[in-house]
Amino acid sequence: MKRYDAIVVGAGHNGLTAAAYLARAGLSVMVLERRDRIGGAAVSEERHAGFLYSSCSYVCSLLRAEIMRDLELSKHGLRIIPYENSATIARNGDSIAFFHDPAKTRRSIARHSRRDADAYAEFNRDIYRQCRMIRPLLLETPPDPTSVRLKDLKGLRKLQKAFAQLGEDGLAQAMQFWTMSCGDFLDRYFESDLLKGSLAGNSIIGTALGPYSPGSAYVLLHHVMGDLDGHVGAWGFAVGGMGAISQALAAAAQEHGAEIRTAAEVEQLIVRNGRVEGVALVGGEEVLGTRVVSNLDVKRTYLKLAPRKELPTDFLEAVESFKIRGSSGKLNIALDRLPEFPALRDEPLLKRGGILISESMEYLERGYDDWKNGQWSREPFLDITVPTHYDPTMAPPGKHYMSVFVQYVPPTLADGPWTPEKRDAFGKTVLDTIELYSPGFRDLILDCWVRTPWDLENEVGLTEGNIFHGELTLDQLLFNRPIPGYAQYRGPLGGLYMCGSSTHPGGGVMGAPGANAARELLHDAGVRRAA
Amino acid sequence: MSDSPIIGGGAMLQPTPFHRRTAALNLVNAWERWQGHTTVTTFLSPEDEYFATRTAASLYDVSPMLKYRIAGPDAEAMLDRLMTRDVTKLKPGRALYGPWCDGRGRVIEEGTLFRESAASFRLNAAEPQLFWLEDCAYGFDVTVEEVTDAIAGLALQGPLAKRVLEDIGLGEAARLPFFGLGRFGFEGGEIEISRTGFTGDLGFELWIAPERAETLWDRLMAVADRHYLRPMGSQALNTLRIEAGHILINVEYVGANHALRESQMRTPDDLGLGWAVDPKKPGYFNGRRAIEAERAAGGPRRRLVGLDIEGRKPAHAAYLYAGRREVGQVTSACWSPVLKRNIALATVEAGYAEPGRKLKADVYYVKEVTQGRVEAAATVVEPRFYQPAHRRG
Ligand SMILES: Cc1cc2nc3c(=O)[nH]c(=O)nc-3n(C[C@H](O)[C@H](O)[C@H](O)COP(=O)(O)OP(=O)(O)OC[C@H]3O[C@@H](n4cnc5c(N)ncnc54)[C@H](O)[C@@H]3O)c2cc1C
Repeated sequence: MKRYDAIVVGAGHNGLTAAAYLARAGLSVMVLERRDRIGGAAVSEERHAGFLYSSCSYVCSLLRAEIMRDLELSKHGLRIIPYENSATIARNGDSIAFFHDPAKTRRSIARHSRRDADAYAEFNRDIYRQCRMIRPLLLETPPDPTSVRLKDLKGLRKLQKAFAQLGEDGLAQAMQFWTMSCGDFLDRYFESDLLKGSLAGNSIIGTALGPYSPGSAYVLLHHVMGDLDGHVGAWGFAVGGMGAISQALAAAAQEHGAEIRTAAEVEQLIVRNGRVEGVALVGGEEVLGTRVVSNLDVKRTYLKLAPRKELPTDFLEAVESFKIRGSSGKLNIALDRLPEFPALRDEPLLKRGGILISESMEYLERGYDDWKNGQWSREPFLDITVPTHYDPTMAPPGKHYMSVFVQYVPPTLADGPWTPEKRDAFGKTVLDTIELYSPGFRDLILDCWVRTPWDLENEVGLTEGNIFHGELTLDQLLFNRPIPGYAQYRGPLGGLYMCGSSTHPGGGVMGAPGANAARELLHDAGVRRAA
Repeated sequence: MSDSPIIGGGAMLQPTPFHRRTAALNLVNAWERWQGHTTVTTFLSPEDEYFATRTAASLYDVSPMLKYRIAGPDAEAMLDRLMTRDVTKLKPGRALYGPWCDGRGRVIEEGTLFRESAASFRLNAAEPQLFWLEDCAYGFDVTVEEVTDAIAGLALQGPLAKRVLEDIGLGEAARLPFFGLGRFGFEGGEIEISRTGFTGDLGFELWIAPERAETLWDRLMAVADRHYLRPMGSQALNTLRIEAGHILINVEYVGANHALRESQMRTPDDLGLGWAVDPKKPGYFNGRRAIEAERAAGGPRRRLVGLDIEGRKPAHAAYLYAGRREVGQVTSACWSPVLKRNIALATVEAGYAEPGRKLKADVYYVKEVTQGRVEAAATVVEPRFYQPAHRRG
């Protein structure tokens, strides 16, 4: 029976990234995916004839340019187009817009508060400073601060340098970002409710923290630390939807000889003498490999696939208490034509970018209260995009695809689990909300696919539907991600690696966990340099 | 025109109050962005626009400058705490130029402060300052108001600028003293005129309500050919200001409130603005203790200097060497048409900044389709390369 050098469990974009790097370095690689399609949460699906949905993730910023270059993703068809602006629209018909040109942004904010308009420049400077520090750490294995191995010492030295170049102010701000609530942080700069609501959106997406929960300021940073074509914090669309990223990664992996099997769910790991030797699929088939890389989150990897008795109890306890709470939903909508947003009447160009519904901090905090009470937000935060402005191939001519990301939605409800009726009611809440900002919107809907955290868990395999494979709080970041002492893509079992978003640097379509895990595996396998 | 609701929709860049006039004259369609406005890079010939300024007069639209009115009983005290110069000595009807710093003595910006009356000032800045000004105003009985859009600005610069003013009925303004400021009747309304500018030449800046901007422009342009008066774009202005040794934010330094890297921030002494710090004035001003500490410790680590460079190739961004040691870098460079010299502004380690010091500049230049490289001798000089006597006359 064939024994692969590496088996990758899960064909999410991180599993595919790892597979591509491993195959490129000459290893024999088998990728096993439970679903009938690859991509995990970076996937494009045709649910309604002629419409291609970015079913889960919908915009791209975090994907590392290094990975695009190393794996020649453009050769494999990947194109990412930044969008130039975004806007938050208010129920009273007002709006606030953000452009690449700071002077234009300034003017937009100044309509609400001239003081805020100026403060925004300083806010941005502070954000960029932090991004400059974090960004080089993304494609690095987090150093173990308790280790004296040369590799870790070098990593720590790098970390120390990154801190040093921040300067005194920057370092103090770093601590604020990592520990403060987004609300407290924004209050230091701004007075306008709509502006604060706009900026706080980035701090609540995907998290089970409220805008006034300590730690939420970091989530904001996580969403703006990416860059596209030289614009820090800019987001873009993948032509063909987010699945195009996974397709390009798969093509790169296959070009280098990796095999990819779909409809191949791994049921358990085969472990002998504390070392993995392969995996057993549902149905009993075994696939053997010298090393196994799990694209699943840390809970699924160690609590579902790995044999408990082979694992240290304290480690299992840490895995069990890893915070991974679902809080997001998604609507994919096919539209007969473009909707009107009266708030954007004067600047129709803004319709091309992201459109936020996020009236104020208060609005978001109330939405979070509903989540705590086991309900979806009665007045939800929405992040709306219409990718067909940039990529008309995702819908028939003249028609449009709209993606609506929704926060907060609980993984299970106060009155019991999700049911189809409750899902419909949730969808109605969202559509009613959009209707408030876009009268007549409902009449344009050709198809609407509503996804709750329960759906995300059951279809995509995201525990509780958490989009990041685990909360992005300081206790679960850097050398603590996912488990203190096991932050270097390895766990207690020999030959088992993790490459999913619950490892450093976390969730989002970034590819960094996959690339980092591959590098660590290759190191252990004695493969010096990738081909 | 497209009837698409998306293409070409919406308010984007803002025209200045002179836009319709400048657009009609912008024969090469060369525009650039300045604080969210479309402004002219050059109308036709940067050389012609430059020489008009040095030999006769030019008009440059400065409307996008940020302007703040600071008024109230405590305005003088608040500004005295803001700026490093002694504002209590500034009389009504006068202006001064100087920097303002953060608490660690790092320059936030430098600009011109106009004292319009005992209790009302206007501060001109290149970058947004409202956030800082409001914070500085805390505890003072003042109002801070941004008046950028309420005032159109036109710089009339050049040795014949007085004659131009006289020719359009503003002879009284022509007699303003250096850094003087006044309000004058003009075409049935008012105009504010200051004897200030950024070219190092004799000149004025004219401040007028935006709705009357075109009238002002038309009156001036009606006499243009009698005085070799030319509208000017930013390209010519850049040469003029380098010759005058005027520093530019985001070129010579980054404002302390916007710099990403501490290494890019500068103290007044770093920038050669030590003369604009008045440590004898009583009371605290932002940065005072840090500036004094830097002075007590032997002065700044680096200095802004002028360079006189051999040859004709502008030393853009050139690294500077003393022997094999890299000691600084050029921030602005140009060929000076009035001096017929190759000049530059540079930041240099303090130990290599005394006038007369000989350095080497590593100059890259375009050699048709390749880059050429020369090592040119560069002598440290005072940065005010061109200071004609008529400037103050
Ligand atoms: C609704 C939503 C919106 C989002 N929006 C954005 C966005 O706009 N931009 C952005 O950057 N990020 C976004 N994210 C986050 C981002 O999509 C995820 O963090 C990222 O895609 C996770 O990738 P991954 O490879 O780590 O894991 P996953 O994509 O979760 O991949 C894991 C894979 O493993 C497979 N699998 C699970 N169990 C087994 C098994 N037993 N055997 C075999 N295979 C198995 C799964 O089917 C899946 O394919 C969003 C996520 C969601 C859910």
